[in-house]
Amino acid sequence: MLTLDDLLLEQGDFRLSADLTVTRGARVAVMGPSGAGKSTLLAAIAGFLAPARGRILWSGTDITRLAPGARPLSILFQDQNLFPHLSVEQNIGLGLDPKLRLGRAEHTRIEEALAQVGLDGMARRKPAELSGGQQSRVALARTLLRDRPLLLLDEPFAALGPALKAEMLALVATIASAQGTTVLMVSHDPADARSLCPETILVAEGRALPPQPTAPLLDSPPPALRAYLGG
Amino acid sequence: MSPARALPAALAAVLAAALVLAPLAAVIGRAGGLSALTRADGAALWFTLWQAALSALLSCLLAVPVARALYRRRFPGREALIALMGAPFLLPSIVAILGLIAVFGRRGALNAALAALGLPTLSAYGAHGVILAHVFFNLPLATRMVLHGWQAIPSERLRLAASLGLGPAEVTRHLERPMLRAVLPGAALAIFLVCLSSFAVALVLGGGPRATTVELAIYQAFRFDADLGRAAALALVQVALALAALALAARFTLPAGFGAGLDRPGAPLPAPGLRRIKDGVAITLAAAFLIAPLGAIALRGLPALTDLPPSVWHAAATSLALAAGSTVLTLALALPLSLAAPRARWAEAAAMLPMAASPLVLGTGLFLLARPVVSPTALTLPVTLIVNAAMSLPFALRLLLPEVRSLQADYDRLAAALNLTGLARLRLLTLPRLARPLGFAAGIAAAFSMGDLGVITLFSDGRTQTLPLALYALMGSYRMDQAAGAACLLMGLTFALFWALDRIGRHADPR
Repeated sequence: MLTLDDLLLEQGDFRLSADLTVTRGARVAVMGPSGAGKSTLLAAIAGFLAPARGRILWSGTDITRLAPGARPLSILFQDQNLFPHLSVEQNIGLGLDPKLRLGRAEHTRIEEALAQVGLDGMARRKPAELSGGQQSRVALARTLLRDRPLLLLDEPFAALGPALKAEMLALVATIASAQGTTVLMVSHDPADARSLCPETILVAEGRALPPQPTAPLLDSPPPALRAYLGG
Repeated sequence: MSPARALPAALAAVLAAALVLAPLAAVIGRAGGLSALTRADGAALWFTLWQAALSALLSCLLAVPVARALYRRRFPGREALIALMGAPFLLPSIVAILGLIAVFGRRGALNAALAALGLPTLSAYGAHGVILAHVFFNLPLATRMVLHGWQAIPSERLRLAASLGLGPAEVTRHLERPMLRAVLPGAALAIFLVCLSSFAVALVLGGGPRATTVELAIYQAFRFDADLGRAAALALVQVALALAALALAARFTLPAGFGAGLDRPGAPLPAPGLRRIKDGVAITLAAAFLIAPLGAIALRGLPALTDLPPSVWHAAATSLALAAGSTVLTLALALPLSLAAPRARWAEAAAMLPMAASPLVLGTGLFLLARPVVSPTALTLPVTLIVNAAMSLPFALRLLLPEVRSLQADYDRLAAALNLTGLARLRLLTLPRLARPLGFAAGIAAAFSMGDLGVITLFSDGRTQTLPLALYALMGSYRMDQAAGAACLLMGLTFALFWALDRIGRHADPR
């Protein structure tokens, strides 16, 4: 269970407060107008922004002061999810051991993860030799091996076409169900939110509201969300 | 910044600061004011200022037509000529001086031609010789800066100018003159700054009451008069010069004022007729000025390579060892400082500190520090190594810093998210991503050290020789064939080292 306990985030004039819990294994969309602070919220949970006030807890343990890499989560950013100078195998291997001391067992696990995301035999390639969709799959394979209980998606598939994006989100759903992962996903697309996320955190007017059922929220959106969704 | 990342940078900063500030303190202590200065020293200060100003002015004025011609014309060998214009930056100064003497000296090619025509002959020595050498080193530098300015005019602007029907005069007025106003002050200041601490050129081509720089005066007070108090006072003058020029440079860095462009391959301005001839003359003269001295050295020196005395080969080995040590020290200081610099101003300041001192100033200070403890002659090589590394440090930082900034902007988050820290981060992220600028910086540090003829002249008793010093000694004893041979060797080793280190960096770059 993820708990944001009386959390306050500040960046210059920008302020965002959150006081909510997300149950273990839930899949939650994070929606709201541009600039409302969706990415900021994820950055704080991931440890890239120290909160001005409040605590972040995972299953009752305070993780507010932990370094990003030590938190029980994986995050995929909008871009720069892979090191371009490392091979696919090495990029994924970083999820097993940041020092990249990879033995036979680790290589087998990397091969399995690659097979799971449909990239068999691509281990030796560099990211630049892959398509955008394939690069996303590599990043997903790494989160698979890191096996952290919480997965944060900050629009990593935004640059992909609609069909490819749907494919990637379906892959996320498969992986998350298999591993029991809790997923927090920034989304601009109501259809994505409906199909993948039973619950939604609405971020608007300086507040992140507790998760509420997605379908009713989208059927009768509050004014801030309605203006953003357009109609 | 985490303490683990700050510690190496703090150590490097303390070391770099100590390397500069301790000798400066020794100099200030020994000088005890400026009362030791003589009338001749005043003349040296005056000469230093006006020769630097004139060298900068001439280099910039001549660079404009050459750069414009290179921008407008396409001809076979254009790329090679532009690349060659980067060479004087790395060329050991003593090699260039020897080449200029071969062309412009009393028995040089130019005077032979003038004599054949019954015209009066010229001398490469004296104030005009010093300025000639400075223009030789800096005209190519200025040309590249101005050419870069021309190429940085977005081709969209040129298309807009063409679509509005602007003629050449209007293009010059609205596009080219603003560019030159933005580029030339910076170029002139950079050249002025370099010429202020001119030593080797003044040592060989200058001297006497009318062509002595402050750097050379320090050397003369030191070696000929054994007057340490005066040498220290002169060193203070040199520091004041450097600080004043740096303050000026900081104030004058003008933004170019051109909007961003998509850099479509722009067609150079068509310029028929008379301009075509003007461009041809500019390019031919610039190329001849650049190539003739080096060609003269090669012609005379290559056959003499087999005839070099063993002392020259020994000096070459010493120079290579010094260059290796100096390069390692430069990178050992520059890497942690540049990694810390985006978040800590003090790290950048520490790396730029050597710009406040010149080699001879540092040499004087280190001599003063060492003398009570150990015979300074015994420290010839270590002191040379340290001073060379200190002089390369600001360049290395300037090369590394932009790459470090983009590395941190692009991958800090991902590395943190994956817990990639410490030595693993250095090995898997920092070194691979910085391989290219590291190799380039190493090449420059090695080339600077190979060609250095500065502080070693203060300390050496003649038995410990680097290759430039051995070459200078050969020139002093008028063994000009052997000097040309040694110059070929020095030139070859310097460029080979630069090429090899730069290539290693490119090769290690996994992109």
